[in-house]
Amino acid sequence: MKYMDEYRDGGIAAKLVAEIKRVQTKPWVIMEVCGGQTHSIVKNGIDYLLPEGVELVHGPGCPVCVTPLEMIDRAHAIARQPNVIFCSFGDMLRVPGSDGDLFSIKSRGGDVRVVYSPLDCLKIARANPDKEVVFFAIGFETTAPANAMLAWRAQQEGQTNVSLLVSHVLVPPAIEAILSSPQNRVQGFLGPGHVCAVVGYTEYEPLSERFHVPIVISGFEPVDILEGVLMLVKQLEEGRAEVENQYSRILSREGNVPAQQLVEKIFEVGDRKWRGVGTIPHSGLRLRAEFAALDAERRFNVASIETMEPEICIAGEILQGIKKPHDCPAFGTLCDPQHPLGATMVSAEGACAAYYAYGRHLKPALVTIGGPA
Amino acid sequence: MCLAIPGKVIETYSNSGMRMARVQFGGVVREACLEYVPETKVGEYVLVHVGFAISTIDEQEARRTYEALAELGQLDELDIPEVNELKPGGSA
Repeated sequence: MKYMDEYRDGGIAAKLVAEIKRVQTKPWVIMEVCGGQTHSIVKNGIDYLLPEGVELVHGPGCPVCVTPLEMIDRAHAIARQPNVIFCSFGDMLRVPGSDGDLFSIKSRGGDVRVVYSPLDCLKIARANPDKEVVFFAIGFETTAPANAMLAWRAQQEGQTNVSLLVSHVLVPPAIEAILSSPQNRVQGFLGPGHVCAVVGYTEYEPLSERFHVPIVISGFEPVDILEGVLMLVKQLEEGRAEVENQYSRILSREGNVPAQQLVEKIFEVGDRKWRGVGTIPHSGLRLRAEFAALDAERRFNVASIETMEPEICIAGEILQGIKKPHDCPAFGTLCDPQHPLGATMVSAEGACAAYYAYGRHLKPALVTIGGPA
Repeated sequence: MCLAIPGKVIETYSNSGMRMARVQFGGVVREACLEYVPETKVGEYVLVHVGFAISTIDEQEARRTYEALAELGQLDELDIPEVNELKPGGSA
């Protein structure tokens, strides 16, 4: 248990904070990419522990948040059909579309099911051969191998009543879009650990080089995040821009090669719209032509559904690190987790929902150094 | 939802040609697909994301990551009911 305690030991956190203070001489803006990291930072008040000159801004790494509103509406249009069993990860059930959410469709008699694994859809399809089983295939690179396996097995087993509504997104093109924006403030990135457990981090190396920006692949525990920030501040102060791996106990540079191979077989890279941000070139995955028969958008003819976002919402600027939740006039008033107006409020991993969950809409958090436990 | 949950492999088997396992997470045991970490043996620890093991890790790391996820309230997905193989017509 000693090892465990070390990573939540306030003493180690305080030493890391002291070291960051010692090393830092100029102001730096650092973005954590992963929504799990955002949640951990806000819950543990890590941003308040850092010296004033080191600012954390929150990135776009929440797949539920960035799934575009029209894709939610397309999902709902399919789920309302009488012969459909609509399967989804639990996180998507309370995300409102233009007219209610998947829960409300279920309460009105729609057959909506939360699945633990995409492979559950195959079991449901075998048990219900007269029904259409549709899976809402969302996620980043971590989830793509699981969703790819569903498509592969459905095709191999000839399970023709299975289809996928695909809304997959990729991290490196989002980082590229943030760095290319004229409004960009981000000077270093904490990279997403569990995403890189699947894909490795070779794709981050050309980004780091091209934009001369340090990227440290990091875990999500408080000590991981503080260590990642320290590694970034050291690079920034020394004028270095490299990809470093803080999370080597979990992942390698190459990642999980068998998982990457199946993803490559099933999906191809295409343009993808991100909620709040807009279309980012080459930032998503879609089914390859050989698997087009599994595409639920085609099977149910829903690709033409388009939806507008509320104008007041600033989620796009928050996802790109330009603004914080407090900068939004609707935060905690017109917009809360029960009535989210936009991307960053719809999931606990979104910056606005995390700020709200830990009371930051009420008062600034009181934090004592050494106590992020 | 990109975080993976560590668990201990307690049984491995084949299902429709896929390498599968029973994996223990705290007090919960669930099925996981081992196709992406095919060398994994009983007694080893794996990081599991939506029913798929994505990497093998050591026991200490597994324990620590599990505790950290519990603190963040990120273990809810383990409570989703299992879908069992049913005969046609049954509701899963």
